[in-house]
Amino acid sequence: MGTFDTSQLLAILPQILLVVLALIVLAADLGTPRGKKRSLGIVTAVGLLIVLIVTLAWPETTEPVFGGALRVDGVGKAFQAIFLLSGLLVALISMDFRPLRQDGAYYAMLLFSVLGMSLMAAAEDLVMLYVAIEIAGISAYVLVGYMREDALSAEAGVKYLLFGAFSSTVMVYGLSLLYGIAGGTGYGRVAAVLLQTPFQLAMVAFLLVLVGFGFKVAMVPMHFWGPDTYQGAPTPITAFISVASKAAGFAVLARALHFLFPALNNDWPALLVAISMVTITLGNLLAVPQRNIKRMLAYSSIAQAGYVLIGITAGGVAGITAVIFYLLVYAVTNIGAFSIVSMVASHIDSDDIQDYAALSRRSPALALAMMVALLSLAGVPPSGGFVGKLFLFAAGIKAGLVPLVVVAVLNVIVALYYYLNVVKVMYTVRSEHEEDAIAVPAPSRLVLVLSVTGVLLLGILAAPCYNVMSNWVTGWFS
Amino acid sequence: MNFPLLSVITFTPALAAVVLLMLPKDRKDEARVIAAVASFFTMALCIWAYFSYDRAAGGFQFVEQVDWIPAIGTTYHVGVDGISLPLLLLNGVVAFTGVLISWGVDDRPNLFFAFLFLVVTGVFGVFVSLDLFYLFFAYELAVFPMYLLISMWGWKKTRNYAAMKLTLYLLIGSIVALVGILAFYFEAGLQTFDILALREAGVGGAFQKAWFLPVFLGFGVLAGVWPFHSWSPDGHVAAPSAGSMVHAGVLMKVGAYSALRVGVELFPEGAQFWLPYVILLTLVNVVYGSMIALAQEDFKYVIGFSSVSHMGLVSMGFATMSPIGLSGAALQMFSHGVMTALFFAVVGMVYDRAHTRHIPDLGGFAKIMPMAAVAFIIGGLVSMGMPGFSGFIAEVQIFLGLWQARNLAWWYPWVAVLASTGIIFTAAYVLRVVQRVFFGKLKPEYAGLPGISVLDKVALGILCTILVVVGIYPRIITGVIELGVTSTLALLGGG
Repeated sequence: MGTFDTSQLLAILPQILLVVLALIVLAADLGTPRGKKRSLGIVTAVGLLIVLIVTLAWPETTEPVFGGALRVDGVGKAFQAIFLLSGLLVALISMDFRPLRQDGAYYAMLLFSVLGMSLMAAAEDLVMLYVAIEIAGISAYVLVGYMREDALSAEAGVKYLLFGAFSSTVMVYGLSLLYGIAGGTGYGRVAAVLLQTPFQLAMVAFLLVLVGFGFKVAMVPMHFWGPDTYQGAPTPITAFISVASKAAGFAVLARALHFLFPALNNDWPALLVAISMVTITLGNLLAVPQRNIKRMLAYSSIAQAGYVLIGITAGGVAGITAVIFYLLVYAVTNIGAFSIVSMVASHIDSDDIQDYAALSRRSPALALAMMVALLSLAGVPPSGGFVGKLFLFAAGIKAGLVPLVVVAVLNVIVALYYYLNVVKVMYTVRSEHEEDAIAVPAPSRLVLVLSVTGVLLLGILAAPCYNVMSNWVTGWFS
Repeated sequence: MNFPLLSVITFTPALAAVVLLMLPKDRKDEARVIAAVASFFTMALCIWAYFSYDRAAGGFQFVEQVDWIPAIGTTYHVGVDGISLPLLLLNGVVAFTGVLISWGVDDRPNLFFAFLFLVVTGVFGVFVSLDLFYLFFAYELAVFPMYLLISMWGWKKTRNYAAMKLTLYLLIGSIVALVGILAFYFEAGLQTFDILALREAGVGGAFQKAWFLPVFLGFGVLAGVWPFHSWSPDGHVAAPSAGSMVHAGVLMKVGAYSALRVGVELFPEGAQFWLPYVILLTLVNVVYGSMIALAQEDFKYVIGFSSVSHMGLVSMGFATMSPIGLSGAALQMFSHGVMTALFFAVVGMVYDRAHTRHIPDLGGFAKIMPMAAVAFIIGGLVSMGMPGFSGFIAEVQIFLGLWQARNLAWWYPWVAVLASTGIIFTAAYVLRVVQRVFFGKLKPEYAGLPGISVLDKVALGILCTILVVVGIYPRIITGVIELGVTSTLALLGGG
């Protein structure tokens, strides 16, 4: 155990600021009159922006802090930035989601969830990992069920809680197994002991832990909670879970594979290749028949997780950078899509794809933004989704995963089919509500502008962003 | 730094598209004028590029190169040579004439022209690209907006089906080619996507044989190679006129061009191994396409299948791997582009008036629109390979190429013999539609129909002028093409 040094607090300054921000929001809630609580969203978003700037400006460390519990290295920092950005955008779209009751607790829970995820991205100790996952998870359970008077939301919350609790239980069993084997909880120590451990034992521990991580990223077969939870949750929270929570799952998965299970380096790739193939294919095929846009995006996000797994499996600087780049693009894209879903639902109280008919005539800008987002999810240039997928595929081929890449590539076609169907409904079907434009409140407009420009910029000028990420990732491999 | 001519040509339509997308939907005339001005400006620059290309020097000219994503070794590297230059011009012309004949589009014209221009930008991007990554990027950009054009402004009966079919077919093809491109990139191990550098990579023969077909046929889907052609008649028939013009006129060339530039030039040993078999597929295109065209009752389907047949000749020319055959293929790309754009424009004009394309219900349209009839006949003469027109020169070169290449496989002369029957069917279907649609008795219900507009006449005039000029003075284009073909053949081992 290292000695405690107050300078170590500086390494987690962004996380400390997050706690402070959450407390500020809770305190401000008391002093804000009932009708004005919407403005707490602004406080949250501005606060998150400050934390984001601090995170990016703070030099990354390569040394672990707090006796090895955390290591805020380049990869951790990149993931933290993705969570903070997602939180920021979600806070903005939450402000005008009509079915949602505006109050401080909601925004505070959002902040606590972001806090948990930031810790997940840097955790290098089994106990720290578990605590971080639970902070992120429990806040998310509350958020999913936040529309208490809505039966679907309550059901979604309970379902999410039950699945989450189950998978965490399995995971914690795996973690305790690892502790039993190694007699310690630091990743470095466990990894060293695992090298001398019988293969079967190490593999069992790995599989148990993978259940917990798999729940977070919603990979098959731990994806069952996804569609119902996505459909029932308040739409901004659906966006948050589909993006940030998933990215957090990948953060812990990448770190665990690299620092915790090097003993299984020859064994896990085959397993993940299989999971990735099934996840991509199943997610895409099940998305095809969906009539509710949130369910469709839920299955699509399962498939997207499968694509990201290609980069995780490929590993190396190229693979991990591709994962981070793709998750950033995915965050910007998916939150953009959900912000439109949220505005439409606030206006017409429906999430049916049929009700998007003639959106291009009602609100041309919204339809265009939605199309850009869907095409980015499908991977059509000049969007970031195209470049991101290309990085993942390139990393996959470089690592010799040609069959996996071929399966992924064929799935792009299936995906395009269901994304195009939404485009078709928006652009070609007529409706009697064509004169009734969807209301676009200012915060959501900001999110849309950021999302569309972000998607296009990441597609056309990917290099600056990719280079920065690549430099951060290099720290793991030098 | 020189004037970035190719970038300006490529991105003018894209810029116009952005402006058009932001235009309020009730500003219809402004949208049309912006589209016309932007496409005219682009066409003028293409003409300028065509005539200022230094024929004495040859090679790639107007080259620009800027870093793009250094981490994977891709640069924004553009330039044109003798093969791509005529296609650049073709795209400029078809885009402008396409805008002119679409003046009557009344449902959200700003979106219509914006999506059309995105296709045009993508097409320019492919033709000028000297970087595989950029080529693929532009290729996808060219393919996708067609979905919107067809499904929003297409023929109501089949547009949903045709738009989805076309898009999925083309994307499957492109994505298969992408895997091949990535495999090539890693096999070459040069950490670059630069086409000129990759040409020198010297990748092993076994690898080339394994990966040539996915790349060539992947792009070949867009060139309509049998049996991957079935999206083409359906898609072209369902598309609005300008969409068909751009799609059949230039977008199919994007497929053929990419198959040549990437498939044949980067996998020369693979090409030598496989093309003698691929030629059998293209033979089916030529003969079967023209026979089916003869059997069609729908005017537009005749043209749709004629493209399948003519594009088969292009791929057949590639498969000769001889200087004269390749020149013929390159010329065929250009002349088919102009001619089919003209055909689809005229078909659109007839349909807009008669509201049917059923050939037996038509007749006597030369009385209503004499100029369109004359234009169609000129296009028909090119299509039949009548001496004095560019189609003749292209076809003769391709057939000569087949004889020249008879050492590649014993069936090459037989392919030439069988393919020539395609020309007979072509003459038959062209004459059939000319006679049944434009001549004969005009039905009384069509008697009072208005003639074509001035803008339509300008568009047809431009297209006809090109066909006639190239027919009278073919050196204007073959001189350029030969410069490009020589360098391609050098890659194939001197030809």
